Amino acid sequence: MTVIEKQTLIGKAIPKLDGPKKVTGEARYVQDIELPRMLFAKILRSSRVHARIVRIDTSAARKLPGVHAVITAADTPGVPLGHGKDNPPLKSDKVRSLRDEVAAVAAESEDIAERALSLIEVDYEDLPAVFDPNAALLDDAPVIHESHPDNIPFTYEYSQGDVGQGERDSDVVIEDKFTLHFVTHCCMGVSGAVAQFDADDNLTVYSQTQVPFLYKKDIAPIIDVPPEKIRVIQPSIGGGFGSKLDIYPFEPICILLARATRRPVKLTFTREEEFLASPTRQPVELTLRSGVKKDGTLTFRDVATVHDNGAYTSWGATTPFVIMQTISSLYRVPHCSYRTTVVYTNNPYSGSFRGFGNLQATFAVESHMDKLAEAVAMDPLAFRLQNAQQPGETTPQGMVFRSCGLAECLTTAAERSGFVEKHARYSRYGRGQNGQGGPVKRGVGIASLLHVGGGAKIYRSDGCGTMLKIDDYGHVTVLTGASEIGQGSETVIAQFVAEELGLPISSISVVNDDSELTPWDVGVHASRTTFIAGNSAQRAARKAREKLLAAAATKLELSAEELDLREGNVTRADTGEALLELPRLIRSLHFAKKSEVVMTAEYYEPPSVPQDKEFKGDVSASYAFGTQVVELEVDTETGVIRIVKVTAAHDVGRVINSLGIQGQIEGGVAMGMGYAISEHLLVDEGVIQNPCFRDYKLVTAPEMPEIDMHFIETLDPEGPSGAKGVGEAPAICIAAAVVNAVYNATGTRFDSLPLTPERVLRRLKNHA
Amino acid sequence: MSLEKEIHFRVNGNLTSVEVPVTMNALAMIRDRLKLTGTKRGCEEGECGSCTILVDGVSVNACLMFAVDCDGRDLTTIEGIRTAEGLSPLQKLFVEEWAVQCGFCTPGMVMQGTYLLSQNREMSVEDIKRGIEGNLCRCTGYKKVIAAIAGALHATPRRGEEKEDS
Ligand code: FES
Ligand code: FES
Repeated sequence: MTVIEKQTLIGKAIPKLDGPKKVTGEARYVQDIELPRMLFAKILRSSRVHARIVRIDTSAARKLPGVHAVITAADTPGVPLGHGKDNPPLKSDKVRSLRDEVAAVAAESEDIAERALSLIEVDYEDLPAVFDPNAALLDDAPVIHESHPDNIPFTYEYSQGDVGQGERDSDVVIEDKFTLHFVTHCCMGVSGAVAQFDADDNLTVYSQTQVPFLYKKDIAPIIDVPPEKIRVIQPSIGGGFGSKLDIYPFEPICILLARATRRPVKLTFTREEEFLASPTRQPVELTLRSGVKKDGTLTFRDVATVHDNGAYTSWGATTPFVIMQTISSLYRVPHCSYRTTVVYTNNPYSGSFRGFGNLQATFAVESHMDKLAEAVAMDPLAFRLQNAQQPGETTPQGMVFRSCGLAECLTTAAERSGFVEKHARYSRYGRGQNGQGGPVKRGVGIASLLHVGGGAKIYRSDGCGTMLKIDDYGHVTVLTGASEIGQGSETVIAQFVAEELGLPISSISVVNDDSELTPWDVGVHASRTTFIAGNSAQRAARKAREKLLAAAATKLELSAEELDLREGNVTRADTGEALLELPRLIRSLHFAKKSEVVMTAEYYEPPSVPQDKEFKGDVSASYAFGTQVVELEVDTETGVIRIVKVTAAHDVGRVINSLGIQGQIEGGVAMGMGYAISEHLLVDEGVIQNPCFRDYKLVTAPEMPEIDMHFIETLDPEGPSGAKGVGEAPAICIAAAVVNAVYNATGTRFDSLPLTPERVLRRLKNHA
Repeated sequence: MSLEKEIHFRVNGNLTSVEVPVTMNALAMIRDRLKLTGTKRGCEEGECGSCTILVDGVSVNACLMFAVDCDGRDLTTIEGIRTAEGLSPLQKLFVEEWAVQCGFCTPGMVMQGTYLLSQNREMSVEDIKRGIEGNLCRCTGYKKVIAAIAGALHATPRRGEEKEDS
């Protein structure tokens, strides 16, 4: 008798499914797509930050041999795009920022297209411009959009409790102002698209979108093609991080050129263009006032922010949704109020970027927490623990923490890094009171985070569909709506399915790149894929499992409860005795009198609810927590900060793939470090000064610190096998931990970023 | 019209000849003429390492090299690393260690790693970090890339990975 032990794939280091095609160069990205008769497109962008377009003359460009189409706003349906629907793909009346698209060309080569651009004549009449959001709020400020004479596309207001009461209850009140800068995604694969119409006017777009189904609906009116005639194919995507959540002008332009020429058209950015014309993380000015009692209890928090929206409204304008969560609910605060003004300027516009406003909010809140702790003479850990959220809590904003590992994250990160002892010791040394006389000062800093970990119900549905079939060789094809943008969703989905069906991972293929085949999904955002697509896949596989076990039970004259699926066999559940090979069972179903195929479908809708008009409600099905402790050195002579070690404890619900989750944390730490110490998109009067990797500093391999990771498994009751999403979390709190550590080392506190050597040095000098 | 020149070279073991404009860089020739699209264009300014190839066994940013300078040389691109026997030990480790996320930097990382392994099989982790300093990755935080290269130090080298005595 053959006995098969029960094995589990959950928590295992399963290799990445798309690894082989990516390590061999076989994976095809948008840049690699080539279709017969394909043309190449280029975009002419504004040379002014704010100006009226007086005249566009494309006649010389049209005459250039090899040019097949030149389009301007007159050739478009004139429907604006983007989250705010205020951004025409090609501008007609005026330009509002340097990246503005004015005309576009399709030609037989990129060189010809480039030459054609130089032949297009545009006459502008300059308008007064405004770059500082506070200046844009003044009465006599230039108006960016005539529809919004006050330059304010959005405001948000939230409150809980009574801030006045909170203030009266406080022994100490502190107010601080924090200023956050422009950074950008820097996906290693630049933006691009390929569009093609067939003879029947069906459109196929090879797109990098991370939201393929909403994309169809959103792009349809802009290009005047009904959504049902649009097929979205997603080649391998060279990095997303939120940048591909919205539609930007280049895609409709590419499609409109394909329609004008009746030929496939490819449009890809250069790296410089990627810096100049892709979205940014939104700069925020945040004023935070809060109070505390002598015993360390938080009493209130009062926050006002001003967001530089740039010239158009993409997702950056909606980050207050996330910012207010951290302000209201990372720690217990009975009284809270929050006001945001989102302001149009002639700067680059902001999109969604991993963390979605939370890097800015957490930077402010967690810097401020250290100051409050100091004000009541508590150590930063004890102060945070005293105010930390607990499992089972419903916050005043309506979030329900069905699982919550914040306290455990705090204690684990602190204990494993020796935080309390080091913090006390370094703060004595750093201030020069007790040895450590050299120019290099050491410090430790701590910070925590709260982020959605089970999607966010910002649409009517936050669900995901799965379809699954098993062929007569026991091979499973999973069609999922969830997009793979490098994060590893494909592998995690395969693990859930293989686990339910007792199959090796090699028996699973995942199809996730073609809207013609895959079922609906909201897209990759809000750290939702493992949670929502995972739940969906797990449930579809469970249905298939039940079907198989019921058929096997009939065939073997046993009950389904007595049976299990293991390693491609039907076995006895108790002894593991192998009874029947899975392919044979499936063939017997195909060939039975009443034959059937093994196919299942599932649509998983999480139990979250949309927020009400006051921004209250349990918007995610799960919430992720984490704490990071940073240990660093500040060279007070050069201003150079060297991050020595990051101790990261994250409430991940449950580890599904140990390597995948480590990868998210390591990558998030690197990205958060860049935000904290090196990355700065320098925008001067609307002009980006450093559109290249030489001058925009990403973190490189030698700068990576030791990372000590700890996974806090709180087994979320709604998560698939207990898991929650962790895609965004690791990038969120490191900047605050860095600033707290620099204060610990030097006694100087920074209220803006990044801590580049020049800025650090200048500040330390002024401080001394 | 820019001047064209015919050049002859070896790429992934095969002799090839192409006519290229003298202004074209090797990356454009490899991707757009030879259709070897595994080599990636991340910046075209020598700043990202996505376009790393081996020229006579030495790693080079293809975007910084003129195509005409490939004349008479021996090029290896990412397509030449996997042989009929399968993935190279380093490629296998990249997959097993999750040194890959979006994968856009990966061909360049594998090429640079292959080069480093051919030069010194006693590298320290610090040597590896410095060795891939010119290869940017936005996804992984480099940790697993470093682990994969370090792991390959203990794997049996394959042709092209040993140090060639010259
Ligand atoms: S493309 Fe050659 S270094 Fe970036
Ligand atoms: S894996 Fe995405 S850039 Fe390296």
